[in-house]
Amino acid sequence: MSGASPTLTALSRWIHALLLRCGLRGRTAVIGVPYLWLVLFFLAPFVIVLKISFSETQIAMPPYQPLVQWVGERLADIRLHINPGNYFYLWEDSLYLRAFLNSLKVATISTFFALLIAYPLAYAIARAKPAARTILLMMVVLPFWTSLLLRVYAWIGILKNNGLINNLLIWLGVIDQPIVMLQTNFAVYLGIVYSYLPFMIMPLYANLEKMDLTLLEAAADLGCRPFRAFVHITVPLSRPGIRAGCMLVFIPAVGEYVIPALLGPPDSLMIGKVLWTEFFNNRDWPVASAVAIALLLILVAPIVYLQRAQARDATGAS
Amino acid sequence: MNSLKPGLSWVRLSALVFGFAFLYVPILSLVVYSFNKSRLVTVWGGFSTEWYGKLFANEQILQAAWLSLRIAALNATCATILGTLAGFSLARFGRFRGRTLLVTLTTAPLVMPEVITGLSLLLLFVALEQAVGWPAGRGMTTITLAHITFTLSYVTVVVQSRLASLDVSLEEAAMDLGARPAKVFALITLPIIAPAVLSGWLLAFTISLDDLVITSFVAGPGASTLPMVIFSKVRLGVSPDINALATIMVALVSIGVLIAGIVMARRTNATQREMKQGDMQLAFPE
Repeated sequence: MSGASPTLTALSRWIHALLLRCGLRGRTAVIGVPYLWLVLFFLAPFVIVLKISFSETQIAMPPYQPLVQWVGERLADIRLHINPGNYFYLWEDSLYLRAFLNSLKVATISTFFALLIAYPLAYAIARAKPAARTILLMMVVLPFWTSLLLRVYAWIGILKNNGLINNLLIWLGVIDQPIVMLQTNFAVYLGIVYSYLPFMIMPLYANLEKMDLTLLEAAADLGCRPFRAFVHITVPLSRPGIRAGCMLVFIPAVGEYVIPALLGPPDSLMIGKVLWTEFFNNRDWPVASAVAIALLLILVAPIVYLQRAQARDATGAS
Repeated sequence: MNSLKPGLSWVRLSALVFGFAFLYVPILSLVVYSFNKSRLVTVWGGFSTEWYGKLFANEQILQAAWLSLRIAALNATCATILGTLAGFSLARFGRFRGRTLLVTLTTAPLVMPEVITGLSLLLLFVALEQAVGWPAGRGMTTITLAHITFTLSYVTVVVQSRLASLDVSLEEAAMDLGARPAKVFALITLPIIAPAVLSGWLLAFTISLDDLVITSFVAGPGASTLPMVIFSKVRLGVSPDINALATIMVALVSIGVLIAGIVMARRTNATQREMKQGDMQLAFPE
C-alpha cells in the first residue's frame, strides 16, 4: 500500500468505507463467500430435487413438466401440476421397497464387519510406540489416496472364477471347482468393508489413543484379566469412536453405486443402483428425484445422529 | 506400554499383519499383474512391460487423463480457497449467526451418498440454464463446479482441525501490536497452517481425479473423465492396461506420501529439538 499512488489509496479507502456502510466487514466476506457457495450449490439443489420429484415425466429436454404453467394472459391463469404419483409409485412397486431394505441390510452388515476388522487394527496402532504410530497411520491412509475405482477393480481380479483366490485354492488342492465369489453379495460386503476401512479406523484410533491407560493398570492391579479389562473398560470408553466410525461407513454405504455395480450380482437391488438406472437408462428424472428424496429422508436420522455425536465429542474434548 | 501384558502384544501384532495384508494385497496384485505378459490378467505368463506401451498408445485414456488432471488442478485451487475461508470462519469467529448451518453444509457432503449429490447438482445446472442461460451445456465447467462443492468440505475439515489445535496467542499478539486482521492472516496464520492447506489441496486434487458418480451425472456427452473411461472399460471385465494405469497412480501417490512424510518428520524433529533446547534453557539458565 505504501508505494501505491494517492488515487489508489483514496479508492481503496472509498471501497472500504462503502463495504462498511453496507455492513460488509472483512469478517462477513470471509464467512459469506463459502457460505453463499454451499447454499447455492449444495442446499438449493435439494429444493429443486424436491420440486421435480412432484412433477410428471414428459418426452422433452429436460424430461419433466414444470410444476407451474401459465395458461392465460393474466398472472392468475396458472395451472399447477403437483403430482405425488411418483411417491405412490415407489410405494406400490415392491422393487423400490425391496431395494431400500436390501441397501439398509447390506450397509448394516458391511458396517459390522468393518468395525470387526478396524477395531483390532486401530487398537494395535494406538498402543504401538509413538514413532511407529505415525508410520502405521500413514499406511492406513495411503490406500485412501489411490483411486477407489481401481481398488475396487483389483478385487475383480482376486475374486473371479479364474482369479487369485480360486487359482491358489485349486493349486493347493483344497478345491477342484472354483468357488463363485464375484457377482455375489459377499463380494459387495467385502468391497464396502475394504473401501471404507480407513473411515472406520481413523475415529477409532483418535479415540483409543486418548484413552487413560492408568485405568487398565488399576484393573490389572486389582487382578482383572486383560481380556476382561478390554471388554469392560476399553470398549465402553471407545463408544464415541465406534459411533462416529459406524456412521461414516453406514451412511455412504446405503447409497453406494460403484461397488455393487462392479462386484455385485447383475440383478442386485441397491438403491443407489436403482436411482442410477432410473436416471441414465429410463431417463425418468421425476422418479429418480423421488428416490433421492426418500433416500435422503432415511439418512436424515443417522446424519443428525453423527453430527450430534461429533458436536458432543468436540465440546467434551475442549 | 507393551509391558501391560506380554500376551496381548502377540494379538496386536497379528491384528496389524492381518489388517495391513487386507489393505495392501489387492493393490499389490494390481502392480504384479501389470507386468504380466498374459492377456488373461490373473494367469502368469512371464514378465513384460507391453501393457504400459499399450496404455500410452491409447488416445482415449490419454485425453481423459488430461481432462481429469486439468479439472482436478482447477478444482483443488478453488476448493482450497473456499475451504480455508470456511475452516477459518468455523475455528476463529466464535459463535456467529448461521454457524450451525455452515457446519451442516460443510460436513453433510462428506457422508452424502454420491448419487444424491450428483443428481441434485445436475438438476440445479439444468434449472440454471433454463433460467439464466448459464452454465450453457454441460462439460468441464459443470464438472469443476460440482467437484468444488463436495471437495471444499474436506479442505474445511483439515484446515479447521489444524486451527483448532493451534494457540491463538500469536495471532492475538500481532493484533494487539496493531496489525490489521488481513495482515495477521497473511503473515502469521497462513504460514503456520500452510501444511494443512497443502494437504487440503492434495486431498481435493485426488478426490476430484477419482470421482466417478457425481461426474457422470454432471458431465455432458462430450466430456469423459478418466474414471468414466476406466469404469466403462472395467465393466466389460479386467484389462491389463488398466493394471498398468493403476500401478502408475500407486507409484505417484506413494512417492508423494513418502516425500510428505519425510518433510513432516523433519519439521516435527526440528520443533522438538527447539523445544528441548528451550526446556534446557529454562532448566539451566546461563
